[in-house]
Amino acid sequence: MKTLRILLWAAVLIASGLFGLFGYQLTQPRDEFVQSALVGQEIPPFDLPAATASRPGLTSADLADGSPKLLNVFASWCVPCAAEAPQLEALEREGAQIVAVAIRDRTEDVDRFLELYGNPFTRIGRDDISEVQLAIGSSGVPETFVIAGDGTITYQHIGDIRPEHVPELLEELRKAGA
Amino acid sequence: MKTVLTALLALFCAAIFAAPVAAQDTMPPAPYAYQQLDDPALEEAARVLMETLRCLKCQSQSIADSDAPMAGDMRHQVRSRIQAGETPDEVRDWLVERYGDYVSYDPQVSATTWPLFVVPLLLVLFGGLMFWRRVGRKGESA
Repeated sequence: MKTLRILLWAAVLIASGLFGLFGYQLTQPRDEFVQSALVGQEIPPFDLPAATASRPGLTSADLADGSPKLLNVFASWCVPCAAEAPQLEALEREGAQIVAVAIRDRTEDVDRFLELYGNPFTRIGRDDISEVQLAIGSSGVPETFVIAGDGTITYQHIGDIRPEHVPELLEELRKAGA
Repeated sequence: MKTVLTALLALFCAAIFAAPVAAQDTMPPAPYAYQQLDDPALEEAARVLMETLRCLKCQSQSIADSDAPMAGDMRHQVRSRIQAGETPDEVRDWLVERYGDYVSYDPQVSATTWPLFVVPLLLVLFGGLMFWRRVGRKGESA
């Protein structure tokens, strides 16, 4: 009988502990971000046509040419992508090589976007059905990946790049061998 | 008063006809986003799989339920991969490799999920043990 009593008290303790945990989790902000599980792995092979006449398209081989790069996933219809444009310009001024994938976008819209917000990209691939986005584990726009010179994904930044993220990304680029 | 009301009414009318600033593209959906596969057996396999895959843009819906462009693009991946001869499990693994267990509504046993499967078993065993002890004791005293 005594063991039963102890077991019942243990059950009460476990239950209250669980409710405490639920209560705590309910007060925590929800994490909406889905991290790519491909960080640390090689970029999957892909070959995208050019999204605009002013820049060539993008293949996975371009990302494994020996020098580390930023891979920006953006779209002209995405508002935060316009907001992060000055930060991409700043990264380019600091010497970062930036290539991009335009998601579900038309050439004329990409052209207008680049004219309005600047063009820090050396290459822009056109991904009409989000195939490269899905292949690299990106779940939205904008996202920015750091790719080492051998084509390994070393870092993923989700959401728009704010001014405070610029040094972080430069540091990640340096770690990737820039 | 009247001018205020008129102004409010005008504002209301304007609000009705204003186009919402949609953060969405104007591109047509991917070929297999809304197009079923010709082979009914393959389409059925794809449908069952799509109902257990999470839409990444609208995280409480499956990609079968969502009209988000990205869900359409995910359906295109599922249907074209199944069309090309991959099994549903291979397609699921392809997505889990990229997005983690989170993308799947059908929990698989893995390094992080095994307690989900082991704990209920332990609880049933524990309940059975308690029951056996109580019944066993009653049997002794009778």
